[in-house]
Amino acid sequence: MATRDPLDRSHIIPPKASIRLGPTQDEEVFGEAFSGQVVSRFIKYVSKYKVLLWVAITSVLVFTVSSIAIPLIVRNVYDEALAAGSPDRGKLTTMVIVFLVAVGFNFVANYLQELIVGRVAERILVDMRRAMYDHLQRVSLSFMDKTEIGKLMARLQGDVAALQEFLQTAVFAIGDFVLLIGIIGAMVWLDWRLGLMTLAVVPTLFIIRIIWLPYARRAFLRARVTSSIVSGALAENINGIRAVQGLSREHVNYDLFDIRASDNLKAANRASKFGVMMLPIVDTLTGAAMSIIVIMGGFFVLGGTIEVGVMVAFVLFVQRFFDPIRSLTMHYNVLQRAMASGERIFEVIDVPVDIADKPHALDLDEIDGSISFKDVTFGYLPDQPILKNINFEVKPGETVALVGPTGSGKTSTTALVHRFYDVWEGSVKVGGHDVRDVTQDSLGRHVSMVLQEPFLFSGTIYENILYSKEDATREDVVAAAQAVGAHEFIMKLPGGYDTPLEQRGGNISLGQRQLISFARAIVADTKILVLDEATASIDSYTEMLIQQALNRLMEGRTGMVIAHRLATIRGADRIIVLQDGEIIEMGNHDELMTLGGMYSRLYSMNYASFDDIPDELIQQATQAANGTST
Amino acid sequence: MAFHCKWRLFFGFVAIFIASGFQLAIPLLIGSAVDSALSLEGAALDISNGMVASAIDSTTDVFGEGSNPAKTALIIIAVFLFIASVGRGLAAMFQNYMGESIGQMIGYELRMLYYEKLQRLSFSYHAGVHTGDLITRGIIDVEGVRMFVQTALLRTVFLIVLIGAGMYLILSLDLTLGLISLSFVPFVAWRATAARLKLRSNWYQLQERLSALTKVMDENLGGIRVVRAFASQDHEMKKFDEASNETLILANTQVGIRASNISLMGVAFMLAMTGVLWYGGLQVVDGALNLGELTQFLAFMSILLQPVRQIGMLVNGFARGSVTGSRLFSVLDLIPEIQDKPDAKDLDITSGILEFHNVSFGYEGEHTLEGISFKAEPGHTVGLVGPPGSGKSTIAHLVPRFYDPIEGHITIDGQDLRDITLDSLRQAVGVVEQDTFLFTASIEHNVAYGDPWAPDDRVEEASKYAQLGDYIERLPGGYDTMIGERGVSLSGGQRQRLSIARSLMLKPQLIVFDDSTAAIDAATEQRIRAALTDLTKDRATIIISHRLSSLMHADEILFIEEGKIVERGSHDELLAQGGHYNDLYELQIRPDERDEQVSGSVDGEVGAS
Repeated sequence: MATRDPLDRSHIIPPKASIRLGPTQDEEVFGEAFSGQVVSRFIKYVSKYKVLLWVAITSVLVFTVSSIAIPLIVRNVYDEALAAGSPDRGKLTTMVIVFLVAVGFNFVANYLQELIVGRVAERILVDMRRAMYDHLQRVSLSFMDKTEIGKLMARLQGDVAALQEFLQTAVFAIGDFVLLIGIIGAMVWLDWRLGLMTLAVVPTLFIIRIIWLPYARRAFLRARVTSSIVSGALAENINGIRAVQGLSREHVNYDLFDIRASDNLKAANRASKFGVMMLPIVDTLTGAAMSIIVIMGGFFVLGGTIEVGVMVAFVLFVQRFFDPIRSLTMHYNVLQRAMASGERIFEVIDVPVDIADKPHALDLDEIDGSISFKDVTFGYLPDQPILKNINFEVKPGETVALVGPTGSGKTSTTALVHRFYDVWEGSVKVGGHDVRDVTQDSLGRHVSMVLQEPFLFSGTIYENILYSKEDATREDVVAAAQAVGAHEFIMKLPGGYDTPLEQRGGNISLGQRQLISFARAIVADTKILVLDEATASIDSYTEMLIQQALNRLMEGRTGMVIAHRLATIRGADRIIVLQDGEIIEMGNHDELMTLGGMYSRLYSMNYASFDDIPDELIQQATQAANGTST
Repeated sequence: MAFHCKWRLFFGFVAIFIASGFQLAIPLLIGSAVDSALSLEGAALDISNGMVASAIDSTTDVFGEGSNPAKTALIIIAVFLFIASVGRGLAAMFQNYMGESIGQMIGYELRMLYYEKLQRLSFSYHAGVHTGDLITRGIIDVEGVRMFVQTALLRTVFLIVLIGAGMYLILSLDLTLGLISLSFVPFVAWRATAARLKLRSNWYQLQERLSALTKVMDENLGGIRVVRAFASQDHEMKKFDEASNETLILANTQVGIRASNISLMGVAFMLAMTGVLWYGGLQVVDGALNLGELTQFLAFMSILLQPVRQIGMLVNGFARGSVTGSRLFSVLDLIPEIQDKPDAKDLDITSGILEFHNVSFGYEGEHTLEGISFKAEPGHTVGLVGPPGSGKSTIAHLVPRFYDPIEGHITIDGQDLRDITLDSLRQAVGVVEQDTFLFTASIEHNVAYGDPWAPDDRVEEASKYAQLGDYIERLPGGYDTMIGERGVSLSGGQRQRLSIARSLMLKPQLIVFDDSTAAIDAATEQRIRAALTDLTKDRATIIISHRLSSLMHADEILFIEEGKIVERGSHDELLAQGGHYNDLYELQIRPDERDEQVSGSVDGEVGAS
């Protein structure tokens, strides 16, 4: 098969297909080689393992020293025990024993350095990931709302791994550095003339490395970026596989993927060219160094200036001489990558936790289930309040329906009850306590939420209903499922309650997922329940079940429902009509109908759900309502 | 490509032999150098190869009698040493590059194979696996195999050649000393095998655990609102810690195996070196061996030090490679349930009539569809309605052959779907799904997803049909606005409208709406339907919906219950029948009456259904 230039395939890129070959900002893989800030913060995580790390560093040093000692002992064997004039058995035995001791140290130190560095690095990987993950559990939802999960996952995995690699490298780099210094020292100590002559080749290597580095870096960078693009394309295709197959886009995607993969292949090959290029250079310099030793050392030996053992030790040293230099420059790349990763990790850890418990926050034990909003003003962006001066009270056991057009502030109102966000002005009280004065944990025990889009986790149906209420029994779970009318369909599934759910509950219908999420709320058994009714019209059968389940759910609880269904709205004890962040009407169904305002107008349009009402009709109703009120 | 690989492999092997040759020449030369320095050239020349001897002879000729033969020998040896080093470097470079490029190429091939396989695996497969798992395999496991090929394949041969040739040379120099210096080899081989087995199972478990951890994190972040709503941070942290600790334990075991492996191999080598030093030293003391020979042994050993270290790494690489390889190939070896027959023909549409002939479908012996027969003709609309789980969506998925029926058959213009190519079928059938996946791309590219060659006006036309055109034009970036993660986010209804536009782009001969208007308000849906009238007048349409207003205008409505058609007819006919359809109608269209008059009977009805 003839080779084809991977990039010369522009003709197969369709005009309306996206293909990204350059890096995005988040894929910047190399940062500054050294960032004091990143390192000093990283050290905090490391300091927990201070003792272990000192042991590791000691091991690295012992290992290095014993590695340097071994050729020196060999030299002694030559010069003291085997020197041509006076071979000495006793001395030989002594030297061999010394050698054995050095080997013993070498072994133990080698084992310890590998073991400790490896394990501490794994431990720190887990710690850093945990710190980030834990933080993500507490940062404000507004941050989570605008951040892609994929990006966070990349930080939790790739970036953390890069720091782990950095730690390992850093410890071994200390060893390399000491080894280098030690070898140089030993060579100069053995014979300074021969030592200096041998070392003369080192600057050459450094100069070559300096010229080589920027090009190589670019090549390595490109290889990494293209590889992450390939991964991204693969992930997107897997996630969107149904659309891909349904629209039979396989061939186009295959070609586009081929372009990316070929680009990556090309970049990777270029990078490896730069990588292997150093081999002959290092070997040439090693050869040069050895030649110098053989010629000059040999002449010195012939001339009687040095013993033959010194020459042998030099030969042994020079074999190991370039290893540390090579790995030290390799570490440079790891370092840069780690700094970039570190910055991204700390960026996540630094996201401020807007909502934190007060130092002496109250642990709510028992509450009566009342909710009160007093002069609440709130918004997500400065100067753009979503809620303006909201006042209302919900008595224990009462069910309140929030009604209003999209963007009127219904969701924000419910979010404040759970203190997902803090108000700008005014206060939100639950059971008579300002939500800011109580612990979030205890608030969570009293307020639960059912979201519009039910989210289910992998695991069985049982586990999903039980969720975090670990002290609930299986009976509780079954009772909850029965209460919401989910029991029947669950029992029809092949494994009953132990049927594993596919990803996001893909193997049951949307309405059924909704029911499961209701059952989950019943098991949580909180005094206050906030519910965001699903907008998507669910099939009428499940719809019926859901309506009944809703009533069961609300029994004995204070309910706050973002209501879309007329049936739900009418069933509420009180209806709060919101518009543009303000309460425009409040009362029960009959009262509001008599009032003849916005609610009655929307209601009389006879749509099964308020969400079915087209925007323009809502506008008309608003104008009409305003007209009557003025 | 494979051909290319073979040559690279061949050259790689050639390079290996050259590199090993040079590598092994170096200790011989160093030994000679020591002897020369001690003016024992006679002995040195015996041991070293004849080339050095003849070179020395000729140089001595050139330099004349006056020059010191020992010095000349040293210079010659140094030159040879330099040449050997450069040669070894060049050959090693070549060999490494060949190894890496083969690895890259194999990585590329695997990636393409994997990608293609995933695209061809049918819905039933994708429904059963976690996407995160598939992504991990495609990224990490491919990388594992690639690394294995790249580092292990040629290097293993290199090490075998090097150690093998080294063994021969070393043994031919002096049998006893040779045996002593090679005594570490069986030990290393034993450790390597033992560790490989342990590491293999460890790697496998670790990979599985890492997948599980990924799933935990991914779902937590995806469902963060639920987590917050139930104040379950502690619970979630516990789940995380459990998953995380499991990986930690395995990772620690692995580090342990590796550490003991590397250090034991190292010490075995060092002990062999001690043996050489001691026994060789005694020989020298006794005069049976000269220093140059001893140096050769030591130099040999120090040249073998690096390869021995690498064996430890290779063992790990082998273990990892075989695990990642088996995970990857378990996917690559799957045979898609749905694929073209060898003699499949392109669909030939004459009039565009879709027919279900007594179709049954099911999983694991249980039929979810039973004896479904109906006909959809151009210009006609067939509506499917029924309780959830009744099998409506399955019918929709059978049309583009996402699944195959287990009994009966489906035809378009008399051609069995199983006899025609998937490509031509799916071009002809547009299924608008309930869930819309948006690609990270512009709106235009998303709409034109199925036909990226389409001109601008077709994209605009399709968007207008789907009642999305006005919205798009109002966006600051218009059709070039990015959607998804970095761009605007669309509401559920807008997503579904985009999905409709996307399907219309294919100009399908047959359109299936699989509950794809649930999130679109009734009025907009009405407008979409009106707009589509002229488009659907020569096409067959199937509408699946639980909102009766979406399908009451259909020419034929099938009421599906438990996989069977229990009622069929037009809206009016079905109402007149007063069966399930009529009940549903009562329930939906007149909620007031339901609540006020029929409320007592509602519970009974639902209980019965």
